[in-house]
Amino acid sequence: MIHAIVVSELVKAFGERRALDGISLEVRRGELFCLLGPNGGGKSTLFRILATLSLPDSGTAEIAGHDVVASAAEVRARLGVVFQSPSLDGKLTILENLRCGGALYGLTGAELESRIAEATKALNLTDRLHDMVETLSGGLQRRAEIAKCLLIRPEVLLLDEPSTGLDPGARLDLWAALENLRSQHGVTALCTTHLMEEAARADRVGIVSAGKLVALGTPQELTSAIGGDVISLGVSKETGADQLAKLIMSKTGIPATVVEGEVRIEHVEAYSLAARLAGEFPKEITSLRISRPTLEDVFIARTGRLFADEDLEPDMSAPAKKKKH
Amino acid sequence: MKPTRLLWTPAIAFWWRDVIRFLRQRNRIIGALATPLVFWLLVGSGFGPSFRNPGAIASATAAGSYLAYFFPGTLVLIMLFTAIFSTISVIEDRREGFLQGALVAPLSPAAIPLGKFLGGTTLAVLQAALFCVLAPLAGLPIGWHQAALLLPALIVVGFAMTGMGFLVAWPMDSTQGFHAIMNIFLMPLWMMSGALFPMPVGTGWLYWAGALNPVSYGVTAIRSAFAATTGAGLPSGYLTGIVVTALFASVMFAISVSLVAKRSRRN
Repeated sequence: MIHAIVVSELVKAFGERRALDGISLEVRRGELFCLLGPNGGGKSTLFRILATLSLPDSGTAEIAGHDVVASAAEVRARLGVVFQSPSLDGKLTILENLRCGGALYGLTGAELESRIAEATKALNLTDRLHDMVETLSGGLQRRAEIAKCLLIRPEVLLLDEPSTGLDPGARLDLWAALENLRSQHGVTALCTTHLMEEAARADRVGIVSAGKLVALGTPQELTSAIGGDVISLGVSKETGADQLAKLIMSKTGIPATVVEGEVRIEHVEAYSLAARLAGEFPKEITSLRISRPTLEDVFIARTGRLFADEDLEPDMSAPAKKKKH
Repeated sequence: MKPTRLLWTPAIAFWWRDVIRFLRQRNRIIGALATPLVFWLLVGSGFGPSFRNPGAIASATAAGSYLAYFFPGTLVLIMLFTAIFSTISVIEDRREGFLQGALVAPLSPAAIPLGKFLGGTTLAVLQAALFCVLAPLAGLPIGWHQAALLLPALIVVGFAMTGMGFLVAWPMDSTQGFHAIMNIFLMPLWMMSGALFPMPVGTGWLYWAGALNPVSYGVTAIRSAFAATTGAGLPSGYLTGIVVTALFASVMFAISVSLVAKRSRRN
């Protein structure tokens, strides 16, 4: 079995809105997989179904060979879940939290203690065991959560927006920890995120928008498929972006798209093309920007939209956390 | 792989966690104890002299004072408050807290209710036992004999109170909703239990409100435990009170388990 997660034609609707609209994807064993998408685009719904917290309307999902609906108990026994909001008890120490967390999976006694030692070592928490969780920084708390999930030696680790609320340093630590778990312990991790730079560190990325998988591949594959660099042109009001895009296409034969009032062109020789366009349309173009393609460009190229919040799923997060940006 | 659908190990972890959390939050201990204490002193002292039914009070307690009459009711109120404080936490805990992790663990649907019921009961009994130290002030005897009868009564009442709290809290999405239910449902149940005033005997809606109210039986069990005298056998009403309260608690537990089983896959 080479796949740790297999999702097939998954559909989930909330009233009229289809949060998942027939998504299929596979995550390989030992892979660090990122599900990238705007908030509300369906990735949290997929996360909840994979975590056995929610039922799909149709389609199937398997984790480690077990169906998440029919064999939820088997799935749960193999699955570590790191939630977006903390799932540690602030009034307990790290050690106490880990002991409670282990007990949820039937771990006790010497076995539990040795697994705690192993997990806290992997996440570099050994000297913080007796600290009260509410006194820890966000980054440390997140690492302690992951340690709690590792106690059961999960085959698959699911993480929902794990770097929410972390400062840049703590984010780097978190990713170093995840990469270490993958290489040292062979853990498969699926992590949802709305942060491009986070997804760029994954082995493979699935981009989800409007309940569909719009792109799938390694970050390099996805960005190199763009075909060169990206030119973004600001357009004068008199001309209008649609008009300029038409003019460019008729003059150069190069496809140009309009995204949020800007003209966007992907081209292998972006610099020379940019110079040519600036010469030909000096009045129409008000600003010109050339950039290396990012996953955001992949998103725009595949959806024709900017990467912004969508409105397909109910907000599962706590009221205070509605705004994630 | 470990057998799935675990019950006791996780339940004991929840229980232990509830007790530790409670002991680390002094304001909760004070809150659950001080409010009924003040209530008992103020209502008991102010209301007592103008109470128009001294016969019922005298027959209900050996001491004959309203403070003594109101004492078992205050114990039940303390347990109700403690149970509410310990169950209200599941509302937020489930959305962003420790319970989230429990919902994705391979647990029996009974594990979370069992742990919460045991935790809530332990805390309620501890708080009630602390308050019992004041019983002699109210003129109520509290020796080994009474204590031996009191403990089982407190345990079943604690279990039943936690059960009511859990049943209200589990389906809720906000703590505001819990407060509303508490004011229009839980408090009237307590008031109509003979805790505050003797319920009329025989007929009338007030009689039925008491007779059909499960909390009445808990109050009766506790009240009769105080009335126990050495060598006289079980006081009247004690056994009925215990049995009915235990039955009620079992029903609360069964409904809680089915709610948890349903809830875990709701969305």
